[in-house]
Amino acid sequence: MNTITGVVCPFCGCLCDDLEVTVEKGKIISAKNGCAYSLTKYLNYQKERLSEPLIRKGEEQVPIGLDEAVEQAAQILVDAAYPVLYGWSSTSCEAQHLGVELAEEVGGAIDNTSTVCHGPTVEAFQEIGHPSCTLGQVKNRADLIVYWGSNPLQSHLRHMARYTMGAEGKWRKSRDDRTLVVVDVRKTYTARVADYFIQVDPNGDFELMSALRMGLRHEEIEQDAVAGVPVEYIEEVAEVLRGCEFGALFYGLGLTMSSGKNRNLDAAISLVTDLNKWTKFVMMPMRGHFNVSGANTVFLWQTGYPFAVDFSHGYPSYNPGVTSVIDILSRDESDAAIVVSSDPAANFPKKAVESLLRNPLIVIDPHRTATAEKADVVIPSAFVGIECEGTAYRMDSVPLKLKKVVEPPSSCLSDEEILRRILEEVRRLKEWN
Amino acid sequence: MELSLELLIKNTIVYDPSNGVNGERMDLSVRDGKIVESVDLNNAKVLDASGMIAMPGGVDIHSHIAGPKVNKGRELRPEDHLRRIERKTRLKRSGVGYSVPTTFTTGYWYAGMGYTTVMEPATAPLETRHTHEELNDTPILDKACFPLLGDNWFIMEYLKNGEIEKCAAYVAWLLKAVKGYAVKLVSPGSVEAWGWGGGLREIDEVVPNFDITPREIIRGLCKVNDLLGLPSPIHIHCNNLGSPGNYRVTLETMKCVKDLAKGGRPSIHIVHVQFNAYAGSGWSDLSSGATKLARYVNRHSHVTTDLGQVIFGDTTTMTADGPWQYILHNLSGNRWVNHDVEAETGGGIVPYQYRRRNYVNAMQWTIGLEFALQVKDPWKICLTTDHPNGGPFIEYPRIMAWLLSREARDAAMKRINKTARRRSILGSLDREYSLSELAVITRAAPARILGLRHKGHLGVGADADIALYRIDPSETDLSKDYRKVRKALRRAAHTIKEGEIVVKDGEVVRVPEGKTFWAEAEAPEEALKDVWQDLRERFEKYYTVRLENYPIGVEYLRRPAPMEIKMEGG
Amino acid sequence: MRAILITGRSLGQGLGLELGKFSDTYYRSSTTCEMNPEDMSKLEVESGQLIRITTEYGSVIVRAIKAPEEVPSGIVFIPYGPWINLIIRAETHGTGMPSFKGVDVEVEAAKASDVLRAEELVGHH
Repeated sequence: MNTITGVVCPFCGCLCDDLEVTVEKGKIISAKNGCAYSLTKYLNYQKERLSEPLIRKGEEQVPIGLDEAVEQAAQILVDAAYPVLYGWSSTSCEAQHLGVELAEEVGGAIDNTSTVCHGPTVEAFQEIGHPSCTLGQVKNRADLIVYWGSNPLQSHLRHMARYTMGAEGKWRKSRDDRTLVVVDVRKTYTARVADYFIQVDPNGDFELMSALRMGLRHEEIEQDAVAGVPVEYIEEVAEVLRGCEFGALFYGLGLTMSSGKNRNLDAAISLVTDLNKWTKFVMMPMRGHFNVSGANTVFLWQTGYPFAVDFSHGYPSYNPGVTSVIDILSRDESDAAIVVSSDPAANFPKKAVESLLRNPLIVIDPHRTATAEKADVVIPSAFVGIECEGTAYRMDSVPLKLKKVVEPPSSCLSDEEILRRILEEVRRLKEWN
Repeated sequence: MELSLELLIKNTIVYDPSNGVNGERMDLSVRDGKIVESVDLNNAKVLDASGMIAMPGGVDIHSHIAGPKVNKGRELRPEDHLRRIERKTRLKRSGVGYSVPTTFTTGYWYAGMGYTTVMEPATAPLETRHTHEELNDTPILDKACFPLLGDNWFIMEYLKNGEIEKCAAYVAWLLKAVKGYAVKLVSPGSVEAWGWGGGLREIDEVVPNFDITPREIIRGLCKVNDLLGLPSPIHIHCNNLGSPGNYRVTLETMKCVKDLAKGGRPSIHIVHVQFNAYAGSGWSDLSSGATKLARYVNRHSHVTTDLGQVIFGDTTTMTADGPWQYILHNLSGNRWVNHDVEAETGGGIVPYQYRRRNYVNAMQWTIGLEFALQVKDPWKICLTTDHPNGGPFIEYPRIMAWLLSREARDAAMKRINKTARRRSILGSLDREYSLSELAVITRAAPARILGLRHKGHLGVGADADIALYRIDPSETDLSKDYRKVRKALRRAAHTIKEGEIVVKDGEVVRVPEGKTFWAEAEAPEEALKDVWQDLRERFEKYYTVRLENYPIGVEYLRRPAPMEIKMEGG
Repeated sequence: MRAILITGRSLGQGLGLELGKFSDTYYRSSTTCEMNPEDMSKLEVESGQLIRITTEYGSVIVRAIKAPEEVPSGIVFIPYGPWINLIIRAETHGTGMPSFKGVDVEVEAAKASDVLRAEELVGHH
């Protein structure tokens, strides 16, 4: 029996690195310190698992050798005029490197889950900027925490304990040293523990932020309420924001997915930038997948753009709304797809899914997913952070190395290795032609 | 194409100032990636370099090309990326960019200009894993990175207590842990203050909560650097960067470590000195402090500098100087990215345009050149723009032309703000750099200051990193034909890296992997034991990662090249 | 009844992801609609009964429950998943992001016999 310490959890953007995983006879028997999601993953990852490569024959998917699956996958990509390469957020940076290289080689469009997550944040970032920091700054200094359109007690279970309200920092030691503000359309579990809960009308975030900015400047708001919030309360919260020593705004998909999308983020970034006139204030997106931040980071240094990257002209180009995967699919512009560690058939709107499933589809994933069920080629892979090493980036862009704690089944190579083989085969096929 | 391990470069005019070679026509022999006395003529590949000059491959001592700050700069500037695109070829990866190019493109463009070694000068230790990932994807060039240490909590605490040995042990441990090369300070103490929204303008102000001054941090790290025997002096971005009147802080900074210099070696390297060479009290009376700083540098042997020259046009500013970047955001109204790193440092990014007709920008431009022309010994200057802060590195040849040619300067001066032109003394400076002096500031001096003994020269045993430019000094008037010279310097006729031809006429023809250097520094043993104790007790209180997950394994460097460093007298 | 739909993460849905897309946990949480009790009374629906949610892009059957995390009247919350994606519009308004939150929907008591199971759902496409 062997206990490995300092294990980095491969679930969400918190990337907690204090897990202790105990392995006996090659199996994980316990995983301590992590949250419910983490524990569930470590103890159940073998469920609904893909065990061998498959290929579609009519209505069925039949087993096939790995080499042949790689060949078929490569052939699909080479034959396609405009393939999409999607997913990436739940795999290692090393696999993401190869994804970009593959997309460049086949002249396709590569996109990651930011496109349905914090893509709008990026778009606002590009227009306004972004005052931010690493999580330790918040832990040590912040006396005011705001969660806006984010419900960490359901989504990032240890965020508050590790980084914000409950963390023991150099200057802030406990819950008593911090004030919590929560903004949401409904009284979530997180809202219940807040000192200030602002219930905002759905799609009303932009107006509310604008009103807060006015409140900060003591400007007169000529309404009784904005976005369903009484003006007196807005002014009170504005004072709280202004009066702190160090504030941190954590924001989630409540802002990116509601009407206004990137404009909500424009308003948020402007609000936090304004606050820096009076106090120290930072902001940070609550990243969902454990390595979506890594996907953005890798795409950026290699292509100049964080998501929705098109290589059809032989160089990287970027135009969300045109080169983003849901738009490409909705307009039926692609003719093949490869999906890596993601499940768009479950997570995309129906119209996009229909397009995805109409064309040849390759899936590389450890799990049997809705997308894998419909794929033409399926290649099972190892779990990053459990069965293979890899680099990942936390929600604040701090890079960490994920550990391997158990061996993968012999039929499951890492995403990195599978992609390398597909890339080699694609190059071989292109030479041939 | 068969790879020949032996290469003979014939009939070239060599500028190798480190070895006293100043425009001599000779042959250069290369074997197994090194310069050698001679090669076997039956075996060697022959490169006819008639009509070309040869210099050692360019060495850039300070250029922001890789890491979290640079990458956020890339994210901020999709519009900048549209200025230049690079298509994928059989040999090259695609890319984009102008002031913040993507990594593959960065390697190709530097090599295209005849540069072969580049230093990433500012990386937060906590995030240096990222920096190495990007350096790995920067092809051809040899490289290293400098960890930011001037606001580090462990360091400030050790220095406050006067514990130099423990501080040295910690720094040695840290350099090994993050694979860093040199000690870098950016506005020491000020960035910790910025963690609360403050900043320090003078070196005797006290860092809030840490009861230490920038002067004490600078002196302390200078002593540590010396104790460890690190190859390069401490590199410092002085406090109060960018502000009128800041030349005084720069002088104080240089003075404060004068007594610590040993054996005639420099004890301090002032980075992008232009940004810290301002006199005056406000923007409208901003004037030049370059003459005063040049005078000090001329009289003292313990200081080296790099320029930080401004180039007119659009670029992206990015430094660890969080407070300064916020000031620039307010001054310019441009977008602002801030990124503070727990227990270590901070930083900010603001796009910026240097305008000829803007009084302040025009003064900045003249100040950099005034400094370069008034420092008598070129071994004390390195040519940089603090890429991309002053301007993109691909515009270096513009600066080279301004230094080589009075006429080039005059032509540029005609178009700048009139008041600046009148107030600056640049018009009265006749000096023109020789090719030999240019070779010093672009390769020989940076290599020497960095302690890279096999770089920046073409003596036997040096790395065979060579740049050939299509300039014939006997036919070309460097001063009058500056446009031709600039063009030739922009696109190397050949760039040779470790004995292989990697560039022909500015185009990449081979893409080898470059090496990553770092300092494997020996630490004082007893002190190291104490430091381990401190790390075990305090690390997880300060940080949000575990100590065991902080060090970066050598597997993160594609071509690791550690430099074994022994302590003085050890 | 007109309402605004919010889709999002819930603990059950998140745990369900790890237990598998075809697991009971995932199925149960992703087909559950959290509602305000007053709205449920208006529709004459008890906790655990089926409702139909409709947009101009589609219609789906889910199970209504009293929201554990209070939901104001006029708002319904359903976790992310293939059920609710049947009715979400793919339009991204030039941002790449579809509108997963703040969607206008029509809610009524259902008459169908049961919700779709995961395997059948994918075939629905």
